[in-house]
Amino acid sequence: MARSRPTAPVPGQGSLDSLLAAKEIVVACGPGGVGKTTTAAAAGVMAALRHGGKVLVLTVDPARRLADALGLDGIGNTERRVPTEAFRAAGLKPRGQLWAAMLDTKQSWDALIRRHAPDERTREEILANPLYQNISGRFIQSHDYIAMERLYEIHSEGAYDLIVVDTPPTRNALDFLDAPQRLADFFSSRLLRWLIVPYRSKLVNLATKPFYQIADRILGTQFLADISEFFILFQSMYDGFVERAEAVGRLLEDRRTTFMVVSTLEGVPLREAEFFAHELTARRLHLGAIVLNKVLPTYLQDAESAAVAERMKERADEAASALVPVLAAADPALGDEAQIRRVLTEVADSFLNFRVVALRESEERSHLADTPEVLATVPFFDTDIYDLAGLVRLGEQLWE
Amino acid sequence: MTDLVDLRLVFVTGKGGVGKTTVASALALFASQRGKRVLVCEVDAKGDVAGFFESSPTGFKEKEILPGLFAMTMDTEASLREYLKLQLRIPVVGRIGPLAKAFDFVATAAPGVREILTVGKLCYEVREQNYDLVVVDAPASGHIVGQLAAPQAINDLVKVGLIRSQTDWMLEILSDPTRTGLVAVCTPEEMPVNETIELAIRVREETTVRLATVVVNRVLPELFGRQEESVFDALDAPPAVAALDGLLGGDPTPLLEAARLAVTMRRTRSTHLERLRAGIDPEVPLLYLPYLFTRSHGLRTTRQVASSLGEELGY
Repeated sequence: MARSRPTAPVPGQGSLDSLLAAKEIVVACGPGGVGKTTTAAAAGVMAALRHGGKVLVLTVDPARRLADALGLDGIGNTERRVPTEAFRAAGLKPRGQLWAAMLDTKQSWDALIRRHAPDERTREEILANPLYQNISGRFIQSHDYIAMERLYEIHSEGAYDLIVVDTPPTRNALDFLDAPQRLADFFSSRLLRWLIVPYRSKLVNLATKPFYQIADRILGTQFLADISEFFILFQSMYDGFVERAEAVGRLLEDRRTTFMVVSTLEGVPLREAEFFAHELTARRLHLGAIVLNKVLPTYLQDAESAAVAERMKERADEAASALVPVLAAADPALGDEAQIRRVLTEVADSFLNFRVVALRESEERSHLADTPEVLATVPFFDTDIYDLAGLVRLGEQLWE
Repeated sequence: MTDLVDLRLVFVTGKGGVGKTTVASALALFASQRGKRVLVCEVDAKGDVAGFFESSPTGFKEKEILPGLFAMTMDTEASLREYLKLQLRIPVVGRIGPLAKAFDFVATAAPGVREILTVGKLCYEVREQNYDLVVVDAPASGHIVGQLAAPQAINDLVKVGLIRSQTDWMLEILSDPTRTGLVAVCTPEEMPVNETIELAIRVREETTVRLATVVVNRVLPELFGRQEESVFDALDAPPAVAALDGLLGGDPTPLLEAARLAVTMRRTRSTHLERLRAGIDPEVPLLYLPYLFTRSHGLRTTRQVASSLGEELGY
């Protein structure tokens, strides 16, 4: 497989085709609601079709029908191959294999504990601890870390030529980048040692006493003891965890990894995507592509068509009466002048309305800072994408 | 059922990108226009609320951005400081350094602490009756359940202590359907509709908060009725296109194409709307807000959305 990159890529001029051929990991990220999951899936499908090799789409929360299309329905963490028949049914002949997996946070956490626990007793105690169950199941921050951890695990097993990963929806699009470091910091925190020591030695020194007094009053002694027990158990896995978190961080910085920021041209998501692109660059992570999704057709920006629309509104009466015989020739029922006038006015108004949005989008696009190698635009599809053929339709727009 | 604007505490949530902040801002504006004293609180701290009102950035200390309309940004650490000062009479103003570290640690170690401090501050404003209505630009639907369920979760985890005694009155406010309600915002698209239906189930099963309303944002206008659609199809045929070209001195094809796109988009979306209506408890009203064909988003659009919202609420 081609591993060489095109020489001196011009910003915005490269193609996703060559970017994906040169990388092992593509992380799709960006604000919520812009079609990130579908875009990631489409990129994976295209890579499997055109490049060959084994491609994995690791997704977080696919739409039901998309999950069905990828054969993900009803399965959890394990990777599944998208059957060749599914491609054949869509009239496609992939050169490579497409695999897909869905991220199950709880299962992934449990697997992580099983791997790092020093012995069976510790393992069972952690898995049964109410705090652990809360962290792994209910509270969302844990998604961030586990998604990256799972990516690392799959990558290190080396079964795939390319992994396209969709990032979980986070409060802040950057959370998942910091997650490995935060976890490492957390386990090396001095406060953690403070908290654990007294429950081991029953010795509270002068420095930590005020902290306990406050913590005790707020949280209650029993809860504090629960926390301590949990972290004493976790302490036994400290080295493994920190080492692993650091390795995950390094993988994200690796040259084999690239980031694909997905956005629409709507104001708020675009600001967020821009901020994200900027941060990636500042952290020396590889910003490979920006994908602008759901972009309105360019003909809406055409000034001449806008003039035609204005005239259509102004001369609706005249046009309607002239059209009566033309339409009645096809079907006498269609020769109602008032109705024709209303339709003409609606058509013109609708064009002018959408034109306002299209012009705003085009303006937003021209101001886009931090343009990476690849700047892809995907048009608004008037129907939902829910099968392989649809993903390919989207993918082809992405590809060039 | 209590009217949306007559509630005391309204959480506005929705999948990312559906216009959650727009709706929260518009609801707050509308209520303030009706003479209420309103606080709008941004929980995600992205600074979008300030953008929707074209005000200067907001902070933890609320400020009046329009007459009767106050805005603040949630900051859990500041909330903890306020809580310690008010409830425990622990003076920590000033030397926050070590406390911040301790807080960061406890918040990470004890899940739900951040959530409870957020919900606690909001419930506190309600209990003290500082405002007629508190509108929360809440976390996205993936996170809101964790937040609303936090008082109960803490109640289950913490058996004694001050936190425990604090969660009781919060739960009382949250569980009261005449005071507290959740507004789920969605757009008529596949994923937002799925997420809203799932959210409704989770809210019912995992929290004590009532889903008050679903707001469907960005509803496209219906261009044609059935008969008009046949007229449109005939207009899009070669004889009519040629006639229009001659009459208007320019090719009408892009206009017709754009109209067709608008019609198909609306049709796809209406199937999702039907799914939404079928998937949500019939007692929960659905409000519809139109797609806005505007140049940008600012106070002007917030006013437009507020007036559409008012119309939908029957004012």
